[in-house]
Amino acid sequence: MRIESRDQFEALRAEARARDDAHLRKVLVCCGTGCLATGSKQVAEAFAREIEARGLDVEVGLRVTTTGCHGFCERGPLVVFQPEGILYTKVKAKRVAEIVETTVVGGEVIPGLLYKNPVDDQRIEQYREIPFYKHQVRVAMRNIGRIDPTDIMDAIAHDAYAGLAKALFGMTPDEVIEEVAVSGQRGRGGAGFSTARKWRSCKAAPGERRFVLCNGDEGDPGAFKDRSIMEGDPHSVLEGMIIGAYALGAHEGWIYVRDEYPLAVVNLQIAIAEARKLGLLGDDIMGSGFDFDIRISRGGGAFVCGESSALMRSLEGKIGEPRAKYVHSTEKGLFDLPTVLNNVETWAGIGAIVHHGGAWFAAMGTEKSKGTKAFSLVGKVKNTGLIELPMGTTLRHIIFDIGGGILNDRPFKAVQTGGPSGGCVPEELLDLPVDYEKLTEAGSMMGSGGMIVMDDRTCMVDVARYFLAFLTEESCGKCVPCREGLTQMLAIYDALIEGRGAEGDIERIERLARAMQLGSLCELGKSAPNPVLSTLRYFRSEYEAHIRDQACPAGICRALTAYEIVPDLCDGCHLCFKACPTDAIEGTVKELHVIHQDACISCGACFDVCPTQAIRTFPKAELALEEVV
Amino acid sequence: MAQQPCVDLARTEEILAAYPPEEPSLIQVLQDVHRAYNYLPCDVLMRVAEALDVPLAKVFSVSTFYKAFSLEPQGDTIVKVCTGTACHIRGAGQLVEELQRQLGIGPDQTTEDLKFTVKTVNCVGACAMAPVMIVGDKYWGNAKPVKMPRYLAEGGDEDEN
Repeated sequence: MRIESRDQFEALRAEARARDDAHLRKVLVCCGTGCLATGSKQVAEAFAREIEARGLDVEVGLRVTTTGCHGFCERGPLVVFQPEGILYTKVKAKRVAEIVETTVVGGEVIPGLLYKNPVDDQRIEQYREIPFYKHQVRVAMRNIGRIDPTDIMDAIAHDAYAGLAKALFGMTPDEVIEEVAVSGQRGRGGAGFSTARKWRSCKAAPGERRFVLCNGDEGDPGAFKDRSIMEGDPHSVLEGMIIGAYALGAHEGWIYVRDEYPLAVVNLQIAIAEARKLGLLGDDIMGSGFDFDIRISRGGGAFVCGESSALMRSLEGKIGEPRAKYVHSTEKGLFDLPTVLNNVETWAGIGAIVHHGGAWFAAMGTEKSKGTKAFSLVGKVKNTGLIELPMGTTLRHIIFDIGGGILNDRPFKAVQTGGPSGGCVPEELLDLPVDYEKLTEAGSMMGSGGMIVMDDRTCMVDVARYFLAFLTEESCGKCVPCREGLTQMLAIYDALIEGRGAEGDIERIERLARAMQLGSLCELGKSAPNPVLSTLRYFRSEYEAHIRDQACPAGICRALTAYEIVPDLCDGCHLCFKACPTDAIEGTVKELHVIHQDACISCGACFDVCPTQAIRTFPKAELALEEVV
Repeated sequence: MAQQPCVDLARTEEILAAYPPEEPSLIQVLQDVHRAYNYLPCDVLMRVAEALDVPLAKVFSVSTFYKAFSLEPQGDTIVKVCTGTACHIRGAGQLVEELQRQLGIGPDQTTEDLKFTVKTVNCVGACAMAPVMIVGDKYWGNAKPVKMPRYLAEGGDEDEN
C-alpha cells in the first residue's frame, strides 16, 4: 500500500496503533550491538519458540519484539515485560523456559534476574524505577527500546512520521524552519551550531539542486549514541531528514555511516526500503507532491571524515581531506552545491520538534542550550550505558545518581568529554551544569556526547598521550601544524611516560599546542591540543612528577611503576597468580604470594583482580635503590 | 609489495556492474572488492581505475587513506581489539599484548598460515562492555587476557560471556 494523502496516513497510523494495542502483553528483547554480543539473539529466539509452543501468542496476544539498544548495555541481554514494566538483566537463553513459566504465565517475579542497585544492593523490579532510567528525558532516543526497528508499523504506532505529515500538509517550508528556530536546537555533533541558522544559510544559497546529509560517522572513541539511534530507531533519522529536505527544497539525501557499524547500515537499509514502500520516502511523499530520496554511504574508517568538508569529499569518492572553513558547505558543499549536514541525533530530534512544537523542546534545557542531549556514560562507572537528559544536568548527578558512582567505589578523578577534541573535567567541577558553553569554559567540549569516567587508577599523562596517539594516526596529513605538531607532541609524551622527561617539556608542549590551535586548517587540528591543555590545566602536578621524580602517581605508566604485595593484606587467594601473564608471581594457595621484579612487566593484571587490595604500586625509581628481588 | 597471487576478475566485473561508472562510486566499489577478496589486489585496482575512469594514482591514494582497506592479503579471521577510550582505560592494551604472545603478531599483521589478522580499531561503539574484542563477527565484551584461547577458538561458546 502507498500513502496518497494525509487521511490515508492517519488511517495507517490508527491501524498501527490498533495492532499495537492488540498486543497488550509484550516481551521486549534488546538487540543492540551490546546485548547481541552477550547472546540476546538466542534469548529472543528462545522466547519466540517457547511462547509459540505454549500457544501464548494467540491466547493472550503476547508478542516478542526485538528492539534497539535500551542503553544499559553492561547488564545485557536485557528483557522487558509489558505492560508490567519488569526489567530482567543478564538473561540467558537457557533460562527462558523458566522465565515464561514463572513470570509470563505465573505472574511471579524472579528476584535473581532483577537489577541490583549497586548503591544499596536493593533489587528493583520496575524499569522506570531504576535510577539509570528514572532521571532520563528522551527526545532523540524516544522510541529506542520500545519499538522493533525493522518494523515500520511499530514505529508509526509510536508517532513516527507524524511530524512529517504535519509539516507536509500543515506548514510551509519556511514555517518548518521557524519552528526549528523556536526550538533553539543546536547541532548534536559537537560544535553546537544552531540548526535553523544552518538551514537558513543553505536555503539562501542560489541554485536548484541541494543536498541533505546525515553525519553518522561517529568517530569519537567512547561515544555510541548515534550508533544506537541508527540501529534502534532509524525512522526518526529518516523522518528528520525528509522534514529538513522539505524545508530546504532538497530532493537528494545521503546518510554517511561508519564502516564499524554494520548493524546500523542493515537497519537503515530496511527502514529506507519500508518507508519507500509506504510512500513515505521517494517520489510524491504521502501524495504531497514533494520528492526526496535517501542513499546510504558506508565510510572507509577514517576519523577525519566526521569533519563536514572531509565527509563530503569522501561521499564524492575522494580521500577525506578537509578544506578551509571560509568556504561554507551550506553554499558550496557536496559536489560544490548547497548542502546541509547534520548529526544523527540532530535529525532524530526534528520529527519530535515539529510534532510537539518548538516551544515544547525549548522548555527543556538551559538558556543557550535547549532541549535534551544523549550521552554515553562509560569508563570506570557502575552503570555504564546510554542516557538522554535535559541540558544543564550536573556532572555529579550524571555520574553519581544515574551512573551509580565509581566502579569498586574508588575515588573519582576526572571525566573526559568531547572525545579527542574535548578535555578532562576534574572533581572540583563536578557541579558544573552540562551545556555547550559551560563545557567549553572548562576547557572541554560537548562533542558527540561521550563521557568517560576515570578513577584514581587513571594517569592523566597517559590519557593525553592516548588521544595524541589516536590523532597522530587519524590526522589526514594535509596541513603541517596538525600533522607535525601531533608527531612532535607524541614524541615528548613518549619520553614522559618512559621516564625520559626533561625540564622544559611542559613549556614545549604548550608552545606546540598554541601553534596547532592557530595554524591548523580544520577543527580537528585546532581542537587536537584540548586533551593536552585540559590535563595540564587541572593535573599539572602529575606531569611534574613524571619529569622530576620519574614517578607515575596513578601507578599506570609501566616504565615508572613497580608492583608489590603487602604481606599483611595477602590472604593467599591465588587469583593474582592466575592473572599474571608472565608468571612473575610465586605462591601457593593460602600462603603469602610474592612478585618477582625481574619477570614483572608492570601490566597491573594482579592489581585488578586482587580482592583484598593487597597489591600496591610504587615508583620504579625506588627499586633501583634497593637490591632487585 | 610481495608477489600476489593471480585473482579472478569476474567478481570485480560483477561489483562494477552494480555502480555507475564514475568517481563517486570508487569507495563503495573498493569496499565491495575488499569484502570479496579480503584485500585489494593489484590487478583489481587497475581494472577499477579503468572502469571508473579514475587515475590509478588516485585509486591508490584512496586505498591507502582509509583504514578499512588493505593492500596485503588478510587472514581468514580478523581479530579486532577495540582501543577506544573506554576500552583503553579498562585494559585494551593487555589484550593486544596477549595476542602478541599467543599469535606472535602485533596490530596490522597476519599470521604466516593466513589464519588470523590482528587489528586495533578506534571504538566500535560498545563502550559499556569495555574492553571489547571482535573475532570474526563475534563480539566479546569485558574481554580478559586469560580468556584469549577461548576467544580465538573457532566459533566460541555462544552462551558464555
